[in-house]
Amino acid sequence: MRKHFAFSLAALMLAALPLTATAQDKKTLTVYTYESFVAEWGPGPKVKETFEKTCDCTLNFVAVADGVALLTRLKLEGASSDADLALGLDTNLIQEAKDTGLFAPHGIDTSAAKVPGGFKDDVFVPFDYGHFAVIYDSETIKTPPSSMKDLVEGDPSQKIVIQDPRTSTPGLGLLLWVKSVYGDKAPEAWAKLKDRILTVTPGWSEAYGLFTKGEAPMVLSYVTSPAYHMMEEKTERYKAAKFSEGHYIQIEVSGMLKATKNKALAEQFLAFTLSPQFQTIIPTTNWMMPAAATADPLPEAFGKLVEPSKTFLMSPEDVAKNRQAWIREWLTAMSMN
Amino acid sequence: MLTRAEQTRGLAAGAASLLLIGLFVTLPTAALLMTAPDGLGQTLFDAYTLSILRFTLLQAVLSTFLSVLLAVPVALSLARRSRFPGRIWIIRLMAVPMGLPVLIGALGLIGIFGRQGLLNDLLTSAGLRNPVSIYGLTGILIAHVFFNLPLAARLMLAGLERLPPETWRLSASLGLSSWSTFRFVERPALAAVIPGAAGLIFMLCATSFTLVLVLGGGPAATTLEVAIYQSLRFDFDPPRAVMLALLQIALTAIILLGLGRFATTDRSAGGEGRAPKRFDGRDPAALAWDTLVILLATLFLLLPLASIVVSGWRADLGRLITMPAFRQAALTSLSIALTAALLSLLMAGGIIKARSAIADRRHQSKHLAAFSTALATLSSLVLLVPPVVLGTGWFLLIRPFGQVTSFAPFLIAAINALMALPFVMRVLEPAVETHVARTRRLSASLGIGGISRLRLIDWPGLRRPLFMALSFAMALSLGDLGAVALFGSNDLTTLPWLIYSRLGSYRTHDADGLALILGVICLILTALGTVGHKEKQ
Repeated sequence: MRKHFAFSLAALMLAALPLTATAQDKKTLTVYTYESFVAEWGPGPKVKETFEKTCDCTLNFVAVADGVALLTRLKLEGASSDADLALGLDTNLIQEAKDTGLFAPHGIDTSAAKVPGGFKDDVFVPFDYGHFAVIYDSETIKTPPSSMKDLVEGDPSQKIVIQDPRTSTPGLGLLLWVKSVYGDKAPEAWAKLKDRILTVTPGWSEAYGLFTKGEAPMVLSYVTSPAYHMMEEKTERYKAAKFSEGHYIQIEVSGMLKATKNKALAEQFLAFTLSPQFQTIIPTTNWMMPAAATADPLPEAFGKLVEPSKTFLMSPEDVAKNRQAWIREWLTAMSMN
Repeated sequence: MLTRAEQTRGLAAGAASLLLIGLFVTLPTAALLMTAPDGLGQTLFDAYTLSILRFTLLQAVLSTFLSVLLAVPVALSLARRSRFPGRIWIIRLMAVPMGLPVLIGALGLIGIFGRQGLLNDLLTSAGLRNPVSIYGLTGILIAHVFFNLPLAARLMLAGLERLPPETWRLSASLGLSSWSTFRFVERPALAAVIPGAAGLIFMLCATSFTLVLVLGGGPAATTLEVAIYQSLRFDFDPPRAVMLALLQIALTAIILLGLGRFATTDRSAGGEGRAPKRFDGRDPAALAWDTLVILLATLFLLLPLASIVVSGWRADLGRLITMPAFRQAALTSLSIALTAALLSLLMAGGIIKARSAIADRRHQSKHLAAFSTALATLSSLVLLVPPVVLGTGWFLLIRPFGQVTSFAPFLIAAINALMALPFVMRVLEPAVETHVARTRRLSASLGIGGISRLRLIDWPGLRRPLFMALSFAMALSLGDLGAVALFGSNDLTTLPWLIYSRLGSYRTHDADGLALILGVICLILTALGTVGHKEKQ
């Protein structure tokens, strides 16, 4: 048994080897991001290839589960982090990220950025965005809700799956969306919507999985979700419902760490994220909207997407200040029987 | 009697295991406690904590009660029908739910019991208007029974099969009715197994996370584990997470103490499949009952698994198996699982050695008895330490010494080994006890010791339970996602991680396919773990 143990230890070490053998003569820029960004179908591989052509450096992605895990990892590592940049935080995490004191102002020209609501920040640079939307299965639902009010007051037997604001960013997004629409009346709205909610999942994946398996005809996701189904699965079955009040937006941003030893290179990368080369990669790999001009026009499927008439976005300060209280409010409204 | 040297060695092995486990758990906990939180400073005991506490305990008690209660007839019937084709496969299938990532199991269950599931299809075609909804406590209970009934049934079945074959011959020649057989033979055997099994299941259910959220229907269904995850990941308040984890451990410990035991002193060996010949239950009523029970249990187990197979089959399995990412992930998963399982066996070995050395002493000292209980207790309670706490704590500890990513595989293996320990103990300890009792005199009189004893006596005698424990632990580790999430780096991808990442980017079909493959790997492992049982029959 000991021998086998030693053998499997050796196998593990071999598996771990490539992780340590990345040191080279060229400068290395380390970017912390989330997992789906670096997946083989994600933007990561193309971004790496394109950027390395111009920078004479090695671009090294380190990926964790999601944007929240990314911030947690940075907090755990503190000033000694290997990260030069963090890519994939979202607007709701910005304030917390700034409060860590780990990030440095980017100092680049961000005039190329065009995001609904006109997001501007001296530390974080937007690289893509998506409006939250209720995605529905058009084979089951013939008359989708046309407003948040419709969703809240509609037929409770038509179910929706949402995410938990305690554990996921889309869940928090919906919380803020309802708050933006209903203000102080949000608890009453949740109490009504509660009957329509089939279940509340810990993250986006579980909710969307339930939805595509047909368990619920509606799910909270992004306006851009139908583009994936149109382009990759050639189906227009799944559609986003356009809400007349407007849609809450999620903007994904990147920022530079204070402790970076490659400041110039990091700034070069941040500027690169707003360039047409980078932005062209985003829509069909990350399934989000580009935050600046792309080199080619967007694919046809994107033209068919819902265009929100109004964009909701609360300031990161407000979100950071009220998040706990609003989550409590949500819990109370949702737990009442 | 053991020699003095054997005694000392046994105690030393136990102390070493205890120290190792203790350090592995307390060091990261201390590291987290010393971290400054984000300054939200929430109080620990408020209405919120109390309400999730109440729900955690309620669902865990109910889940445990149902799982154990329903497992009794299954174990009894399977034990009484000791020979029928496919029996070994039913027992093997019972290990599959353990090796599945819980979300996959949940999706399988939803395929049967969900709104659009098989059951509701049947009910609707029978004229029912509105679908039956399982979301809420019902769904949580169904899922927990699905995952834990097989575990309880296997442990009980093993307990019944360990009764000496003469028992059955005797009860047959006495002409005992099936009620008397139950009262005098089966009930005592079950009673020895049930507390241990119930304790294990209670801990598994009390720490349930994904199942509770996905099937719970809303935040009214929240467990402490959710709150721990939230404080660590979303609120970044490590001390609060640790306090919640301690609360979880303390409360569950109290309840388990109330149950009267932690210990693995039962004599079951986790379903070795060597069924003794039975002479009872020949009348048609008993046959009909057993057939019904086994059929229902198999259906309950098989249908959700079949639903996983059906959705997995739609995926492009050929492409999935041949893609490099899959090979890499499978290799990583298997090496982590093997390391974890061997580590778990080593730790269990140390604990068992010490406990049997203590039990062997003619004069029991209070201290040693306490040490023995501490070993048994600790080896079960580790199940209650949330992997996310261990992972984050170790991350902080290792961080100053270099690249965390290069330590990550070992850390994950160690965490998985710890999680598997209670299961390994329940399989190995009774087997070792029996083996030692059976062979001690023989090896003493032959004067065999050291390597040759290991080769000639221990290995042939214990090979089977060892493989069994190994496959159990490997299956558990294969299905684990929790420990990986924080370290996840592009170079360290396990199979569950691969499934989640497909699911996280619209690729549900790929995820279904990979889940099927993972299930098949688990089944193969279990089959390997029970190899050679058939020829014995």
